Amino acid sequence: MATQHSRSAARIMMAPAVILLLGWMLIPLTMTLVFSFKRYLPLRGGDLGWIGFDNYVRFVSSSAFWPSVQTTLIIVGGVLVITIVFGILLSILLDQPMWGQGVVRILVIAPFFVMPTVSALVWKNMFMDPVNGLFAHLWKAFGAQPIEWLSDASLFSIILIVSWQWLPFATLILLTAIQSLDSEQLEAAEMDGAPPLSRFAYITLPHLSRAITIVLLIQTIFLLAIFAEIFVTTSGAFGTRTLTYLIYQRVLESQNVGLGSAGGVYAIILANIVAIFLMRIVGKNLDT
Amino acid sequence: MARAVTTRRKTINTVAAWAIGLLIFFPILWTILTSFKTEAQAINDPPLFLFFDWTLENYAVVQERSDYMRFLWNSVIIAGGSTILGLIIAVPAAWSMAFVPSKRTKDILMWMLSTKMLPAVGVLYPIYLLFIELGLLDTRIGLTIVLMLINLPIIVWMLYTYFKEIPGEILEAARMDGATLKEEILYILTPMAIPGIASTLLLNVILAWNEAFWTLNLTAAKAAPLTAFIASYSSPEGLFYAKLSAASTMAIAPILILGWFSQKQLVRGLTFGAVK
Repeated sequence: MATQHSRSAARIMMAPAVILLLGWMLIPLTMTLVFSFKRYLPLRGGDLGWIGFDNYVRFVSSSAFWPSVQTTLIIVGGVLVITIVFGILLSILLDQPMWGQGVVRILVIAPFFVMPTVSALVWKNMFMDPVNGLFAHLWKAFGAQPIEWLSDASLFSIILIVSWQWLPFATLILLTAIQSLDSEQLEAAEMDGAPPLSRFAYITLPHLSRAITIVLLIQTIFLLAIFAEIFVTTSGAFGTRTLTYLIYQRVLESQNVGLGSAGGVYAIILANIVAIFLMRIVGKNLDT
Repeated sequence: MARAVTTRRKTINTVAAWAIGLLIFFPILWTILTSFKTEAQAINDPPLFLFFDWTLENYAVVQERSDYMRFLWNSVIIAGGSTILGLIIAVPAAWSMAFVPSKRTKDILMWMLSTKMLPAVGVLYPIYLLFIELGLLDTRIGLTIVLMLINLPIIVWMLYTYFKEIPGEILEAARMDGATLKEEILYILTPMAIPGIASTLLLNVILAWNEAFWTLNLTAAKAAPLTAFIASYSSPEGLFYAKLSAASTMAIAPILILGWFSQKQLVRGLTFGAVK
């Protein structure tokens, strides 16, 4: 039974974490909000006063905005489809009896632990380089013209790199979920003569639906924010400028803080829409 | 009823799984192999797999030319420091939420989670500006604080889910036997909480080590950790495959090893306890 005394002690124990996070959230957020209503150019005159919603209108009407939204959607969507489809297949395979299961698991999970700048650089140079990359060697071995991956197939290349990084995450979570599936149910269905495909569609897939939703939401939040992979490979050129990268360029490269902040507010709203759904699922889990 | 598996089927599973596993692991394997080649062998066509003159020269050159150890040290300080700082702040908070829950505990937890969803780029300039004002730009302490703050929600959540699993009856039993509060914490709760704290520590070190938004944008020469060091290889004059591979191998090796130990905790930590 919690007493009054332990309640106030609990409040004190919680205070540092709550106060720090509150400050971390409110101070920068307020600043971004204030900047977004100002004409603010640090290198060209600094704070030039309030301009209402001008930045919001200009950010959306600039020629770079809609392409960046499109790029963001293609990258996030592409990676989600690849990681979830292959994640399901891979987790089912890894769940089967085999020799050396532990080692295979380790091999599959490894890419997740590679820092983003390393994986981007390794893919860019050692695989996708049109002269010395492994893909170029492979293409030449078959007598084909090597592809300039990061300029001619830039979006595909970025999707490939990011999918490689996130497939382990999807696989690991789906595998954890699959292992909690009652195998007797599958056996019963098998004995009743259900073919593998319908066993998958009617038993495995429904069982995985919650895990899939969680993978979908968590990855979306992280994928909306990918930065290093683009920074290192194309620096936003060749149609790979995502919304995150566009805001980064407005703020730090062209030093138009007002405009960038308005973009930042859009990004925050977008992320929050996804977050609401994720929080609902996590919150439900908290009650049980 | 145990499921009968034919050897044939097990063999097919094994071959398929190993083939896919090796395919996924291949970029890492290739990087490690290339780090032991000479620059000429690294770009040889056809590619050389195992039969080349193995050399350690690249590792020596990377250290000598770019002072690799300094970046490594920055990474260790920043990842380790932010984790320890985070634990010091999060352990009491998670503890009180798990053992003295109130009506608002759930709301506080959910709110903490929501701060993690804030896109970094949305607050990039304010943080940048505050760092300049406070003289924190390109310092290890500044980066340590930022990484601690971005990972604090995950630390609190993970610890909370672990602490929740400690049965309250044990505490009551101890109290009945006349244990004081100090004894209760020292001899009963702490030993039961240590595995959870260790897992949280491990996952958080991994996340902080690989963080590549703030580390790239808030550091220059002095405080740059390995993420930024590797990014500096993207410039054309840095294009030496064998040396890039050696630097990459050194940057990922420690975390690859730690990561393999933390697979299970990874699921719990990154799904905020929603999948265990």
